[in-house]
Amino acid sequence: MSEQPVLRVAARLLVPFILLFALYVQMHGEYGPGGGFQAGVIFAAGLIVHALVFGPRRALQAFPRGAFTAMVSLGVALYAAVGFAALAAGGDFLEYGAFDSHDPVHGQHIGIVAIELGVGITVAGVIAAIFFTFAER
Amino acid sequence: MERLLVVLLVAIMVALALALVRQKNLLALAVLSGAYSLAAAAAMVVLDAIDVAFTEAAVGAGISLTLMLAAIALATRRGQTDVAPHGGRRAVALAAAMAAGGALLYATSGMPPLGDAAAPVHGHIGARFIAEGPVATGIPNMVTSVLASYRGYDTLGEVTVIFAAGVAVMALLRRRREEA
Repeated sequence: MSEQPVLRVAARLLVPFILLFALYVQMHGEYGPGGGFQAGVIFAAGLIVHALVFGPRRALQAFPRGAFTAMVSLGVALYAAVGFAALAAGGDFLEYGAFDSHDPVHGQHIGIVAIELGVGITVAGVIAAIFFTFAER
Repeated sequence: MERLLVVLLVAIMVALALALVRQKNLLALAVLSGAYSLAAAAAMVVLDAIDVAFTEAAVGAGISLTLMLAAIALATRRGQTDVAPHGGRRAVALAAAMAAGGALLYATSGMPPLGDAAAPVHGHIGARFIAEGPVATGIPNMVTSVLASYRGYDTLGEVTVIFAAGVAVMALLRRRREEA
């Protein structure tokens, strides 16, 4: 927790943009650099900046512990579910082309966006969980 | 110009590595390793590996540093200084380090030059990924197309490792709830 006004004002301005940038990296990973892994790290970094300046308690009020504990397993589950969904659609495990029988490229797009989302959710959840586990002790 | 930048960045990394070896204060060690990661990220930008640079800057210079600082806050500030070997053991340790370093330097001379298009690593399936990847997946960023589609199994494995690491840290360190 910091009483320094410069840090508090800077963090208040920066944190929303860090979180927004994480979402941009997540959604734009197919076209520019980045993807789920980097997006998850940046999202968690935004939460950590908030926690460092305003204290872990206020960060946990904005983003409750249960949420990112669930995210830890939710992301992997989403990724694996995409694999099984491809099996159900008649393809191989993680063969995204099976999601659209007329246009496999479209199917690839659906699959990649979904698994990148899974990666981002788990990475953000794990880093936030590790940080707050440390900060709490 | 590009060569000059690479030489400069490698020189910075060597200087930081030497400073890391000499430094005993854990806080300074953590900050120096973060600076090392930032220099490595800059080197990756010069080598046109933007996705790697992005990850190195965010994870190496950002998150690792923060997590190390959080761990140091739980432990002691100063590392143990009396664990270094003395006397005869010191000579053995020096000889082992020199032998390993010498072997690595010798092995480096057998590597293809940096950016060599004829290097064995570029003669395998890489060319197919570059030619087909963006067309077959409709994803212009071929790093994403390889990681998410061609190598989807590996990435699922990696996410599972991250998941396991998170669960392990929570199982080891999370404070038990006294109430309840």
